Amino acid sequence: MRFLPHSDQDISSMLDAIGVEKIEALFSGIPANCRLPRDLELSDPLAEADLQRHFQALAAANSVDDSWSRFLGGGYYDHHIPTVIDHLISRSEFYTAYTPYQPEISQGTLQAVFEFQTLICQLTGMEVANASLYDGASACAEAVLMALRCGRKRSKILLSRGVHPRYREVVEAYVRYLDVELVEVPLTVDGRTDEAAVQQLLDQDVAALVVGYPNYLGVVEDVESLSLLTHGSGARLLVAAAEPLAMALYRSPGELGADIVIGEGQSFGLPLSYGGPGIGFIAARQKDMRSLPGRLVGETVDKDGERGFVLTLSTREQHIRREKATSNICSNQGICAVMVSIYLSLLGKNGLPQLARDNYSRAAYLREQIAALPGYSLPFATPVFNEFVISCPQPAAVVLRRLEAEKILAGIDLSADYPEIENGLLICVTEQNDRAQLDSLVEALKGGAA
Amino acid sequence: MSAIASKGLILDEKLIFERSTAGRCGYDLPAIDVPLVEPDESLLRDEIDGFPELSEVDVVRHYTRLSTWNYGVDSGFYPLGSCTMKYNPKVNEQLARLPGFAHLHPAVPDHLSQGALQLMYDLQQSLCEISGFPALTLQPSAGAHGEFAGMLMIHAWHQAQGNKRHKVLIPDTAHGTNPATAALCGYDVVPIASDGVLSLEAVAAAMDDDVAALMVTNPNTLGLFESNIREICDLVHSRGGLVYCDGANLNALLGICRPGDLGIDVMHFNLHKTFATPHGGGGPGAGPVGVSAALEPFLPVPVIIKEGQNYRLATDRPQSIGHLRTFASQFGILVRAYAYILSMGPKGLKRATELAVLNANYIRARLEGSYHLPYKQRSLHEVIFSDAELPNDCHTLDVAKRLLDYGFHPPTIYFPLVVQGALMIEPTETESKQELDEFCDALVAIAEEAKDSPHLLHDAPVNARTRRLDETLAARKPRLRWERREA
Repeated sequence: MRFLPHSDQDISSMLDAIGVEKIEALFSGIPANCRLPRDLELSDPLAEADLQRHFQALAAANSVDDSWSRFLGGGYYDHHIPTVIDHLISRSEFYTAYTPYQPEISQGTLQAVFEFQTLICQLTGMEVANASLYDGASACAEAVLMALRCGRKRSKILLSRGVHPRYREVVEAYVRYLDVELVEVPLTVDGRTDEAAVQQLLDQDVAALVVGYPNYLGVVEDVESLSLLTHGSGARLLVAAAEPLAMALYRSPGELGADIVIGEGQSFGLPLSYGGPGIGFIAARQKDMRSLPGRLVGETVDKDGERGFVLTLSTREQHIRREKATSNICSNQGICAVMVSIYLSLLGKNGLPQLARDNYSRAAYLREQIAALPGYSLPFATPVFNEFVISCPQPAAVVLRRLEAEKILAGIDLSADYPEIENGLLICVTEQNDRAQLDSLVEALKGGAA
Repeated sequence: MSAIASKGLILDEKLIFERSTAGRCGYDLPAIDVPLVEPDESLLRDEIDGFPELSEVDVVRHYTRLSTWNYGVDSGFYPLGSCTMKYNPKVNEQLARLPGFAHLHPAVPDHLSQGALQLMYDLQQSLCEISGFPALTLQPSAGAHGEFAGMLMIHAWHQAQGNKRHKVLIPDTAHGTNPATAALCGYDVVPIASDGVLSLEAVAAAMDDDVAALMVTNPNTLGLFESNIREICDLVHSRGGLVYCDGANLNALLGICRPGDLGIDVMHFNLHKTFATPHGGGGPGAGPVGVSAALEPFLPVPVIIKEGQNYRLATDRPQSIGHLRTFASQFGILVRAYAYILSMGPKGLKRATELAVLNANYIRARLEGSYHLPYKQRSLHEVIFSDAELPNDCHTLDVAKRLLDYGFHPPTIYFPLVVQGALMIEPTETESKQELDEFCDALVAIAEEAKDSPHLLHDAPVNARTRRLDETLAARKPRLRWERREA
């Protein structure tokens, strides 16, 4: 076995040192009635070459490959990933390290995460960010719990129907057995969170309102106005960003008055990888810092007065506070945070806004072309970013199936999550979709309408 | 001094923001082939204040230098107790990056992503066979997330029976995530004392009709098998409760004992421990959860279903606890774990467990004369010493920092809490006798230094990138982000 270094001679000299004759003797603490009386029924071991063949066959069994045109978003985005990222995170000092409990030999991870926290603050326009959470949906749930802690006796959460449906479901699962009431806020006909409904629902029990940025239907919410409303009743505004690249184009949630901003960072240099691992982030105001869940890296000095970084404010966490902790989480998405930091550093102040404009322009071009097709329409006239909804002349599922024959994945069928939108299809455009792809999609859609 | 640490040039590096030079950019955008348009000006943001401006070369130098300040499993021995820092096979990294997996969007319909679904299904079946549970979810993102899924299922099961139970029993040796998870699921935590292993009497005394579940770790955080586990499960069941097992220490049991056979109702796995996926400096991991048949209807959605030769993700499950993450799993981690299982095979997995236990016991034999051993029972995959016999005001933290000077990652320290000044050593099976000997020589030398030259411990580390860092200052005046300092 190639990963096991022991020679027979090693084993016998180790057994001698221990003072037993056989390895089996070391398992004497496991009673006979707890033993497995047979071998595990698993397939025989594969050599590296066989393993590679097996996985290549599995990967090839996914019928979609890079020759397809793909317009899928809905919380995960197909952006180009600079080669540098994989090259750098393949340095095993990064990816084979543990959580940096020994800061003196973990300064690489710690400084990289400190930089990640800073980049997230700059992008979101917020004051403090943590070292990352599992993904967008669980970050949203953690943020709801945080808002409840900050809101003290307030026990109600208003969730806009525009928030990613999976985020809403994960929030539901997280508060299932806690004394919390979730109230859904409807959308108006233009796809935005209904402010009149918010006004009506806000009362002294509401800890937070949660809205998307842009929302799941691609629509840019009026975050400023919602934040004024929310703050008026002493509640917090929680902004959930499934595609935070939008923040490089539009006014940041922080600037618009958000109290807590969460998001999914997959857009920033992480592969799609069938939905994971991605990376959740959470950013907040200074006053709520001690209510943050998860790991935090802070700056300090060493014995000689040199700058260094450590995990800090751990009295919030489960290993100290146990059942009174701000969360049960005891990891972050470590290497994914480094990937996001590398991505944001490469694109930086000049590249990221350009990329956002590129995505915006491509989506605008396609949206206009589709709107002009007979039978197709745009249910919402409100501003969007790189994703938008169209209404098809037939059920979206039918259109999608038809286009698969032309190696096009045209978008996400909205019929299950938003049945109120007639034949709704959610289309996403990124820099990976060149004009030829956009034009082919328009042609293919037209073909079916005729 | 038997240190493996030696000289090496370490380069200084500023923060990425301090490296920034106006006008640089490390990425060229594809040519824009559609008309460039702008949204309404009132919506637009100003420049992203503070964001760095760097060339590709700047970025590569920055992160390469940072990496040299880290210590990973590939650098050397990393005996963190309860963390199972085994070698991460390199081929698994390549397999997770195959374009067929890496470029697969989670919204690709099931009939076009059969390869990924088959992989998940096969991994699920393998983990069921390894653990003895009839059903399993791959969804949870980490161990703590798996605990959460498991305790939610327990709560949902009780609710479906019409039970209103509000307490969870947790032994004092438990990891902090156990009580934190129980609280997150709306339960009151009742700690129970154990003396090495949990006794039937201790559980019987705490067990009543308000107890929803007992949470145990097996082997526990002292590296001891909970030898009364079958009887304890029977007792808890007879009083209407369920048993949760924290599977963090499963590396001690592969092919030898299956928790699902013992009466345990729910257990989470840590794929990043037992199944060799890299820890990534804190994550991502994956925490699948195995359950008994009774709990199967409550599994989170989606679940993977095989129908004939086809696979699909199903969400139509009325009793499910719901979704716990945006998409179905940390798929990239699952690919690596499954590759590990296939590489090892049934005999290889069992051998790994045997050698992990051999390594831990060898360390114990080598260090017993130099350090205090609070629990004398035969332990499995890890061994816990304490600082009780160290002279001259030398403590566990000093030993740990001195180990850095010798070139080793220290063990887990000050955990489990039941041992004062604990040094919790888990070598794993991928360390050779030579590595273990070098490490033990270092620890023996440090015990001698504590007698003769305690300042070497108190001043340590001197060879690391930094000296001892002021954690009190970090917590008292938190600086959690870089800010531009005006010139």
